[in-house]
Amino acid sequence: MSAEGLRERALAAATAVVDPEIPVLTIGDLGVLRAVRLAGDTVEIEITPTYSGCPAMRVIEIEIETALRDAGIGKFRIATVLAPAWTTDWLSAEGRRKLAAYGIAPPAGQASRRALFGADAVACPRCGSPATERISEFGSTACKALYRCRSCAEPFDYFKCH
Amino acid sequence: MALLFDYALRQADSALILGHRLSEWIGHAPLLEEELALGNIALDLIGEARALYAHAGTVEGKGRDEDALAYRRDAGAFRNLLLVEQPNGDFAVTIIRQLLYSAFAHPFWRALGQSRDATLAAIAAKAEKEAAYHLRHAGEWLIRLGDGTAESHRRAQAALDELWPYSGELFETDAVELALIAEGVAVDPATLRPEWERTVAAVLAEATLAAPAGEWMQSGGRSGRHSEHLGHLLATMQFLQRAYPGAVW
Repeated sequence: MSAEGLRERALAAATAVVDPEIPVLTIGDLGVLRAVRLAGDTVEIEITPTYSGCPAMRVIEIEIETALRDAGIGKFRIATVLAPAWTTDWLSAEGRRKLAAYGIAPPAGQASRRALFGADAVACPRCGSPATERISEFGSTACKALYRCRSCAEPFDYFKCH
Repeated sequence: MALLFDYALRQADSALILGHRLSEWIGHAPLLEEELALGNIALDLIGEARALYAHAGTVEGKGRDEDALAYRRDAGAFRNLLLVEQPNGDFAVTIIRQLLYSAFAHPFWRALGQSRDATLAAIAAKAEKEAAYHLRHAGEWLIRLGDGTAESHRRAQAALDELWPYSGELFETDAVELALIAEGVAVDPATLRPEWERTVAAVLAEATLAAPAGEWMQSGGRSGRHSEHLGHLLATMQFLQRAYPGAVW
């Protein structure tokens, strides 16, 4: 297999690994997969955490290992990189569409460095109503906040701008 | 390198100890949503600590990894702020502690993102974003507590009075920090004070709380002189590694 063929195969395998917390998104959609390159005949993969304490990182690493082996690739290294810091701006358009279809409101707008105060304006992923309110800054994972729709009364997760 | 090790260790210890304190709320928080919030903030802080310990261990070069630094040092070797080791108390104490720390941590990480140490800068750039959420969470809660019922106001003011003397330590510098500030590696905390004061004053005003007038401040965390609370915390946190040294998942 040519070097480029090997890289393409590794890229396809790694990109398709799904996030264990949000199984409709791949790590490619999320922007967690940062690089797939060759060093000689070894595949080098770089991933970055969404949040410093994201407990899914180790699982993602294991899933990548499995995907590479399934693709017949035995020589690889997986490294975690911190810079540049992950941002929701890297979430692909396809990823945003999949999130909404799954019932999680995708990040509204661009990541900013604002701290105090105010919540993002979030549309309900179920009925589309803009009349929503934040219940909690933190949802089931660090990357999500908990919202409620005042029109259809459904609670939902919002993937925070970060 | 000894200076950089010490500096990374200080930030790691504060993040770990505060993260552990918040994790003590799991199963005890006043609301399910708040339990998730405190657990998530704890995870952020422990994640920051892991990255900082890993860096400190690499810089030290004696083969100590993040577990060795977190679990196999005794209280006197910890360099965290006294503020973060104070017990959770009631919910108001926890939120005041979060506000005083996060109002500092947010501008601190932003400034450290410019550090000439590339690893510290990378860790800081992530932590800055996390601290923004932590600050917002604490600020919004404190306004509800202070400007809530007579009882919640009383408790919030009591918590502020209790923890205020631990806020001075945030801005202390010593020989280690001065040397690293001169090299562009560390942040001079004095430069963060105006922003910290503005943030805290804005939240307290909306929360109808008053900062205590006293100027006397507690000190000692940076030199390993801790309150009695840290030993008790470590006895729980380090139990497994003390009982089964080197145990891994």
